[in-house]
Amino acid sequence: MTGLLASGWRFDSNRHGTWAVAGVMVVLLFILPVLDDPLLLLQVRYYVSMIVLALSMAFIWGFGGIMCFGQSMFFGLGGYAYAISVGNIGESTAPFFLAMIIPAIFAAILGYFMFFGRLNDVYVAVITLAVTLALYYFINSTSGDEYSIGKARLMGFNGISSIRKFNWPGDPKALLSANHLFYFSMGLLIATYVGLKMLLGSTFGRVVVAVKENELRAELLGYDVRLYKLTVFVIGAAIAGLAGCLSINYKNFISPNAFHLSLAAQIIMWVLVGGVGTLLGPMIGCVVLLYVSFILGTGASGGGLNTYLIFGLIVMIFVLAIPQGIVPTLRDWREQGGRYRRAIAGAVLNLAEQLPAPGNVHVRAFGERLLGVLGPTAGDRTKG
Amino acid sequence: MAEDGIILETRGLTMRFGGVVAVNNVDFSMKEGELRCLIGPNGAGKSTFFKCLTRQYKPSTGQVFFRGADITSDITFQIARRGIGIKTQVPSVFDGLSVHENIWLSARRHHKTREANRITDQIIERVGLGHATKKLVGQLAHGERQWVELGIVLTGEPKLILLDEPTAGMTGDEVGRTTELIREINRQAALIVVEHDMQFIKAIAQKVTVFHQGQILVEDTMINIMNNQQVRDVYLGKHSV
Repeated sequence: MTGLLASGWRFDSNRHGTWAVAGVMVVLLFILPVLDDPLLLLQVRYYVSMIVLALSMAFIWGFGGIMCFGQSMFFGLGGYAYAISVGNIGESTAPFFLAMIIPAIFAAILGYFMFFGRLNDVYVAVITLAVTLALYYFINSTSGDEYSIGKARLMGFNGISSIRKFNWPGDPKALLSANHLFYFSMGLLIATYVGLKMLLGSTFGRVVVAVKENELRAELLGYDVRLYKLTVFVIGAAIAGLAGCLSINYKNFISPNAFHLSLAAQIIMWVLVGGVGTLLGPMIGCVVLLYVSFILGTGASGGGLNTYLIFGLIVMIFVLAIPQGIVPTLRDWREQGGRYRRAIAGAVLNLAEQLPAPGNVHVRAFGERLLGVLGPTAGDRTKG
Repeated sequence: MAEDGIILETRGLTMRFGGVVAVNNVDFSMKEGELRCLIGPNGAGKSTFFKCLTRQYKPSTGQVFFRGADITSDITFQIARRGIGIKTQVPSVFDGLSVHENIWLSARRHHKTREANRITDQIIERVGLGHATKKLVGQLAHGERQWVELGIVLTGEPKLILLDEPTAGMTGDEVGRTTELIREINRQAALIVVEHDMQFIKAIAQKVTVFHQGQILVEDTMINIMNNQQVRDVYLGKHSV
């Protein structure tokens, strides 16, 4: 895992971009609390938890080439793992880790059957979606008293409320203040982003990208692609679980809606809109779409507009007009656009410069994976 | 069995696709260090034979032995690790990655990062792509992509190399270089070369195996093959050498 500084690899040219993006987040980390606006901090924490979720999908889909239609299941599992274990233990340190470990174990089992069973991309999408919906209906039906794990009841469709927030490790009485919760969430987001970047720059990350590029060739070189895919899937699940745990610390509440189809689909939209094959893009896509949903949801738009209708429209526009997503498109503009496009893209990207790994890979990955969801046409690519 | 110097052996290897028998009960064997040419008309089963050897297809029946070990139940990456490298008919490379990255991924499988970097530079020089190190492979000409794939295969230092139409899409100059390279490679590894270019075959061939309708029609030296009436009928006759 020392590959970050090796020569000749395009990840190298990203290091400036990585530090720029991380730098912006660090600045936010220190500035926002100074503004002394508790409501703002609270909202930012919500966005942060969702951005972590977006990163998990950006990683497994954009770099691992795994079209998981049910990334929300790991988000939900992480949330429930935290809620149930913190309800039993009464202290948040172990539950914090369980929120990542439980989804990771679940992903390892599910992924083992999918990847070692050599299922193609379409089936992976269908199975992950089916399992997510199964979890949704299962948790929904657990409102009875008989459904409890230790002291914690599952509560079914009512959801679990009044969940304990984080405390300082080892001291259940010392709950984190609002500011500390913000520092903690934001710090974890930065760590996740930088961690993923380092992972992608490592030998492991390079092989992961290679597997997505040409699975057959990677195998012919002697790489066990099943193992690489499984590992990516498990890491993605752990990050999604972390997001679930952070989101609980924002709203003290979790319900089966964490497994709902609408969240599962939204995660994909974030990545689609931001740009498959980048980390920065999905982070932006997540914030933009959540904000749109917030405006529509609060009636600030004048009411009468259905959120999903608008989302559908947005996705259609992107698929038709900006199929690469925001960040890759800006990159193209900067390199090949006319004067105005170059200026706009240059200004935006220089603010948060980030070149995704292997350039035009993502365009193709996007097209294929999307087709993979819509129909069976592209599924057999890896059989070469 | 490895002591008898046989590097590769198949027994009754058969690959059926529904009613079509692409490879039919093939008993093939070759020695360590050998350079074997595989010829035959289109659809004779040469590429399918290669795909069975590298387990891109699971053979319907039959066995494959590599250096005495039964590798019939191995899967693709395990076969690669045993030391069989393949250059596929349609170049199988990482189109979205640079030349350097392509070779590096192969080198890194066998060596630590620093050593991998060194070997990568060496191989790039060897296949003459020094001018295109940072170019995306997908943007290269077909012939150059063939060189990239050759480079990838060489980097793994396999004991047996399968080359499926290595000169396809190459210029006359490049074919000459490939001829040189194949002779050079043959000093360290055994080779099976599938080709249609008879001049090229003549330049490198020691022993030639002729495939016809999924079966081995005849195995002999190039001279004898050229004079074999049976072979002329099924293959050379149509192309008149």
